[in-house]
Amino acid sequence: MKHDAVQAPHSTGELFGAFTRLALQGFGGVLAVAQRELVERLRWMSQEEFVELLSISQVMPGPNIINLALIFGDRHFGWRGSLAAMGGLLAVPLAIVLALAALYAHFSSVPQVAGALRGMGAVAAGLVLSTAFKLAGTLKRNAMGLSVCSAIVAATALAIGWLRWPLVWVVLGLGALGYVLAWRTLSAQQAQPR
Amino acid sequence: MSSEFFGTHGLDWLDLLQLTGHFALLSLLAVGGAITSASDMQRYLVGERGWIDALQFNASVAIAQAAPGPNILFVALLGWSVAGPLGLLATMAGIMVPSSVLTLVVSRYGRTRRDTLPVRAFSVGLAPLTIGLLLATGWVLAQPSRGHWGAMLLVPVTIVFMLRTARSPLWMIALGAIVGALGYA
Repeated sequence: MKHDAVQAPHSTGELFGAFTRLALQGFGGVLAVAQRELVERLRWMSQEEFVELLSISQVMPGPNIINLALIFGDRHFGWRGSLAAMGGLLAVPLAIVLALAALYAHFSSVPQVAGALRGMGAVAAGLVLSTAFKLAGTLKRNAMGLSVCSAIVAATALAIGWLRWPLVWVVLGLGALGYVLAWRTLSAQQAQPR
Repeated sequence: MSSEFFGTHGLDWLDLLQLTGHFALLSLLAVGGAITSASDMQRYLVGERGWIDALQFNASVAIAQAAPGPNILFVALLGWSVAGPLGLLATMAGIMVPSSVLTLVVSRYGRTRRDTLPVRAFSVGLAPLTIGLLLATGWVLAQPSRGHWGAMLLVPVTIVFMLRTARSPLWMIALGAIVGALGYA
């Protein structure tokens, strides 16, 4: 996988199109599709770059996928790229959401509609989990070592998913812990270069 | 559609400004996405201002989740319910602009210094947190499936499908919708 050449988008129009395409495939969240499209299909970035972008996007306020689009667009075409990527994510889906809201009043009481929504919700959960499993592979090459990484992954997942602690404290607490551990590992590596 | 359509729906301009301001504040607090601040939006729009009712609020969230695209679009629907197109503009500008500007400034700062220790420690140290957050999100999204065996089966089937094939996730979304509509989810 590391040998795959990373490509780049050629224009803001191509960027807009790619983010429209991935937004339209993203039911119940776009992140899983973003990884598949940007890393696996278009090869615009490596798994490692995707994790790096996602880390910034998750720590900054605002929707992760929007932040990811903003940063990715900015890296290729400056602020015009940011607008193109974000516009691609939002424009067509916004029109669809407004149309659905207009339809909703008529069909909200139909049991098949509620069932279909629940089925799609379960698939959305599976999509997010599969993305997590794929990206977990990058931790094997993480400087902190696999056991430290696994401990932080487990602690984060438990604190947010199981204990439902406020996100801001978990991000500040475990984020700071990871940051300090990474700092110490990296500075030790710098002190004695191989 | 009446001539009122593009009007302010009974809100005055100060109301719209306050609406934008409140969502702008939430924008900077919403680490991990706007859905984390949804409970405060509900408190403000339904409880404090009484601009929409709780049913409208829940429907906005559910419709945005079911539609393709970023879930942030529930904020657009909330704005639309409050004051039509102008309300949509007010809530979306509020929730998007502050966090977007901050994200771009910080990422540019990190980009020019990416080989320095503080920035490298950031991407190395936060990678496991990032993956832990994804696992937690998947877990939380799977909670409504509990007790519905069809839905519970859809979760692992989707994971295997995504890890073992290169097909579009739309196939699984369609399968989920069909299984659910038939009453098995």
